[in-house]
Amino acid sequence: MAARYSVARAARQLTSAAARKPSPFVCQRWQQASQAQRLFSVSAALKEKKYTEDHEWIEMSADGKTCTLGISEYAAKALGDVVYIELPQVEMEVSEGDAIGAVESVKSASDILTPISGTVAEVNSDLENKPAQINKDPEGDAWIAKITVVEEPKGKLMSKSEYTEFTEEA
Amino acid sequence: MASRKAVAVLRPAVNGFGPRLLRAECAQKVQYSTRTLASYTSRPRKLARPSQRSVRYASSEVPKEQLGKTGLYELHSKHGAKFVPFGGYLMPVQYSDLSIVDSHNWTREKASLFDVGHMVQHHFSGPGAEAFLESITPSSLSSLPECQSTLSTLLYPETGGIVDDTVITRLADKFYVVTNAGCREKDTAYFKEQLEVWESKHSDQPVEWKILDGQGLIALQGPLSAEILARVLDDKSVTDLKTLYFGQCTAATIKGTDAEVLVSRGGYTGEDGFEISIPSYATEAITEFLLDFAKDELRFAGLGARDTLRLEAGMCLYGHDLDETTTPVEAALSWIIGKDRRAKGGFHGDSVILQQLKKKSEGGGVSRRRIGLIVEGSPAREGAEIVNEAGEKIGNVTSGCPSPSLKKNIAMGYIKDGMHKAGTEVDVVVRGKKRKAVVTKMPFIPSKYFKQPANAKA
Repeated sequence: MAARYSVARAARQLTSAAARKPSPFVCQRWQQASQAQRLFSVSAALKEKKYTEDHEWIEMSADGKTCTLGISEYAAKALGDVVYIELPQVEMEVSEGDAIGAVESVKSASDILTPISGTVAEVNSDLENKPAQINKDPEGDAWIAKITVVEEPKGKLMSKSEYTEFTEEA
Repeated sequence: MASRKAVAVLRPAVNGFGPRLLRAECAQKVQYSTRTLASYTSRPRKLARPSQRSVRYASSEVPKEQLGKTGLYELHSKHGAKFVPFGGYLMPVQYSDLSIVDSHNWTREKASLFDVGHMVQHHFSGPGAEAFLESITPSSLSSLPECQSTLSTLLYPETGGIVDDTVITRLADKFYVVTNAGCREKDTAYFKEQLEVWESKHSDQPVEWKILDGQGLIALQGPLSAEILARVLDDKSVTDLKTLYFGQCTAATIKGTDAEVLVSRGGYTGEDGFEISIPSYATEAITEFLLDFAKDELRFAGLGARDTLRLEAGMCLYGHDLDETTTPVEAALSWIIGKDRRAKGGFHGDSVILQQLKKKSEGGGVSRRRIGLIVEGSPAREGAEIVNEAGEKIGNVTSGCPSPSLKKNIAMGYIKDGMHKAGTEVDVVVRGKKRKAVVTKMPFIPSKYFKQPANAKA
């Protein structure tokens, strides 16, 4: 198993003076996101950008069928210089919580976990050639994938302000 | 301003004059101040000067509160350090002024200062010191000139597995040995056991062993290192520095003070540079002094940059690229085995190691070897499998990162003997996918050591 860990763990290293995990040089297995079983019944609420505790964001298209996914500015900053991004395959079916790709920075490899189930409709191929783009505009041009949604996300999602509060607490 | 302050702190500690307050603060330390390598600790964690047999050592498993701090902890904090637990200490992984890549490049272009005070510094002295160290390492210490260092490995009896990698330096009347922080407890137990064995067999050749607790150790690395170091040394030391070559060391005095440090030319980055061992009372002041004298050239660098720099330089990190199951021959460290040692043996695991050094036709060789790899696409990290064309596992990666200097993914690992030749094409599995990789000679980038000219050799 390669030294992989989630964006969440890299982000934790950014904030806590003494990271809770032994060291960035120790082989670490990636963590599955904790899944709070909370039903999301209002799709309209997803049209606003939402954030996960693993530092991904999703945003629903106007027609409510496609979800754009990326990593947060906070995560991009925590990862540092990104040198490689592994994108998911188009048409791949993904389930909530799956690692659908990875972001490689100098110090670590971090999985990108999808907070929503569906089929990968499109990927941002520009990132393959210009991975550093993700440090510049992670919540805009440097989106990672678009997913055709099959069901409502079940995991915990936060609004921008809730997420900001969450990262400040971390 | 701050540099003047540094001198102010140093002077009273050394000469005994200066403000009363400072004197009181340093009173306890004065008695150690004139020695090159004082063994006094100011760390509260170890109150009295401990005998090595009764010390409680920090390990990486201890809770955060029990993690050690080097004498530079406060200074790191002031410079925006982000700390991580490493080898039982809270150590800076990077600083707020530079990203890891920027810090890496800064080291290759200018100079960086690393706190390596978490590493363990030892003295071995007495009539049996040389023979004792030769019994536990494959180094030819009998041919090691004074003030010269050598990379070495502590070996387990019988197996010849590596307990730790270390640098051994011969000083006038003793050996100065530096071992890894992460191996502190293990090494201490090992030395203790080995010394007991030694004493029982060679009571006429006693060995005295001392751990230099609290002694500071900083690494000044990068092309501007010599120039920067010269600015803080007194005239005699500056002259000495001009003929101090890679692998050599000298006692040096900080300008305007009596503070004496041990300067060893070398390091863990592949650049020209120095490792400077400093008495604990002066570590912070001298470090600030250096930083103040080179404001636009010298920056602190943390473990993050240290790791990418050493990997580009093809150097091993114990616990990753080296471990107890690995012999120096497998680790591509045969060059550390002295000529006379190859002929006569007489060190732990000699029968295994000397057999491995023999030609294959004579039953020698090893089944795996440490190699470098350049990997396409995604960086390969520790644990990634190396596979052949048929997809069979033929080795694994032990360290890997994107190389900031080469802009390629570099890795170090072990591969089946026969597949270890530079240029051999293999695959490395990252996240379930095969990535093309080529066995590559190390160092990945040429070393820039300040070497003794061939015609000047004694």
